[in-house]
Amino acid sequence: MHKVLIVGEHDGKALNPATAKCVTCATSIPDTEITIALLGADTSTVASQAAAITGVKSVLRVDRPENTHPLAAIFAPQVAALAADYTHVFGPSTSFGKDLMPRIAALLGVAQVSDLMAVEAPYRFRRPIYAGNAIVTVEADPSRKLIATVRVASFQAAPGGGQAAVESKTLNVSLPSHTRYVGAKSGSTDRPDLQTAARVVSGGRALGSAENFKLLFSLADKLGAAVGASRAAVDAGYAPNEMQVGQTGKIISPEMYIAIGISGAIQHLTGIKDARTIVAINKDGEAPIFEVADIGLVGDLFQIVPELERLLG
Amino acid sequence: MQKIMVCIKRVVDYNVRIRVKPDGSGVALDGVKMSVNPFDEIALEEALRIKERGSNIEVVAVSIGVADTQQQLRTALAMGADRAILVQTDVAVEPLTAAQTFLALAKKENPDLILLGKQAIDDDANQTGQMLAAIWERPQATYASKVEISAGKASVTREVDAGLETIEVDLPAVITVDLRLNEPRYVKLPDIMKAKKKPLDVTSLEALGISAGVFIKSLKTEPPAQRQKGVMVKDAAELVDVLKKKGLI
Repeated sequence: MHKVLIVGEHDGKALNPATAKCVTCATSIPDTEITIALLGADTSTVASQAAAITGVKSVLRVDRPENTHPLAAIFAPQVAALAADYTHVFGPSTSFGKDLMPRIAALLGVAQVSDLMAVEAPYRFRRPIYAGNAIVTVEADPSRKLIATVRVASFQAAPGGGQAAVESKTLNVSLPSHTRYVGAKSGSTDRPDLQTAARVVSGGRALGSAENFKLLFSLADKLGAAVGASRAAVDAGYAPNEMQVGQTGKIISPEMYIAIGISGAIQHLTGIKDARTIVAINKDGEAPIFEVADIGLVGDLFQIVPELERLLG
Repeated sequence: MQKIMVCIKRVVDYNVRIRVKPDGSGVALDGVKMSVNPFDEIALEEALRIKERGSNIEVVAVSIGVADTQQQLRTALAMGADRAILVQTDVAVEPLTAAQTFLALAKKENPDLILLGKQAIDDDANQTGQMLAAIWERPQATYASKVEISAGKASVTREVDAGLETIEVDLPAVITVDLRLNEPRYVKLPDIMKAKKKPLDVTSLEALGISAGVFIKSLKTEPPAQRQKGVMVKDAAELVDVLKKKGLI
């Protein structure tokens, strides 16, 4: 019997869909009991969302004012304390999970497997290395607790309809005061979230300016799509960092990805390999993006994009 | 602020298209160009900029790896690090062992700040900095895109999924850096000559009391699944037709 503890990601109001994807990953380990831990100032709302995920046995709430912001230095000792009763501790491979999970592993003196993309056995997994240019099958020591991050693009979210028990936990863990949250700046829009959107329109350096990126926003709005960008476009200041797709940005798996003016560096392709359908529009017919595209169109994006928008009515 | 330690990893150069060995035993590394992990280069650049703004700050570049890792440490010295330490080993160390090794060095060196890349571009593990901060019992500020040092503190802007987040940490601390923190300087020839005279100490895991554990075994390495070759369309109208046929719009 394996017992998996999943560290839930949330903002106090909504549970991040990455959590339900971690549940799917954990469900693929045979003979497993799944618990979600939620740390926050008040996790009552997100706890009921977590309890509704099919496959979850229980939800642990750890509410205290210090947990208002997800600081790894504050969360890690609490999760490490909870981890005693579990064989596996999973977190999503998002900036939240990537920051937090290794700190938990080190506090427990155990190793971490990053970016699980497939479960082959309770301690045997597949994960990408070299920006996804190689896939390695790894086996962890079954006598030790296993900490892992789950590559969320590799798993579908577990469905709702479950009824897990919710329990509040009080942990007697002293927390450091050396790390303090100051503030956040997010370019939040009313467009779909890049990481979970079914359709993504993404632009590269060929857009030429932040002003020209408006072309993409307009097309995306017509399609109900999220907007992404290549590293080159972000570096050039055409788009904010949270829009970056690729090895060091977001790894996404939409139904349809439309790459516009993106040449397709391997670091970018890493981020989109799991897209169901890739559409590429680029004026250079030799661009590497066409090697992975399901549908390719060679031409001037400044002509094609407005025309596409018109045709989509 | 008196001392900054920068951790550097020797990795396959960013421009090399890697090849998986046909027997599945790993990635072919023979004769492949090796470089400083690009994120670690950004970490070093940040350390040098802090040094140049302050007074009398020593920058120590440290690495763990085979004897040839001296090449990457010489590059770090040529960029401007004051001295370097190589923990020489032929064993591939896992992130936890790397963190334990850097902790042993930190206990000897007592840096005010440890800077390193957010991940290495070979194993993409994204663990070492966080693990080091945990066992050093110090703050971590990962994915830094802006670092401001003031008396005994660092204010760090972090690249997170939702945008940017700013945290304040007490020093000493570990900061892992993201791409947009800075653009590393080019090394000039006279600097390469000067770097040859800078101290580069070589030590071992044993001398630091570290035993390299194998917690995660690699069983098999494979190339990724290839996507099927797609179709080309001639214009926007045909594209819309194909998307409609596929039920995508």
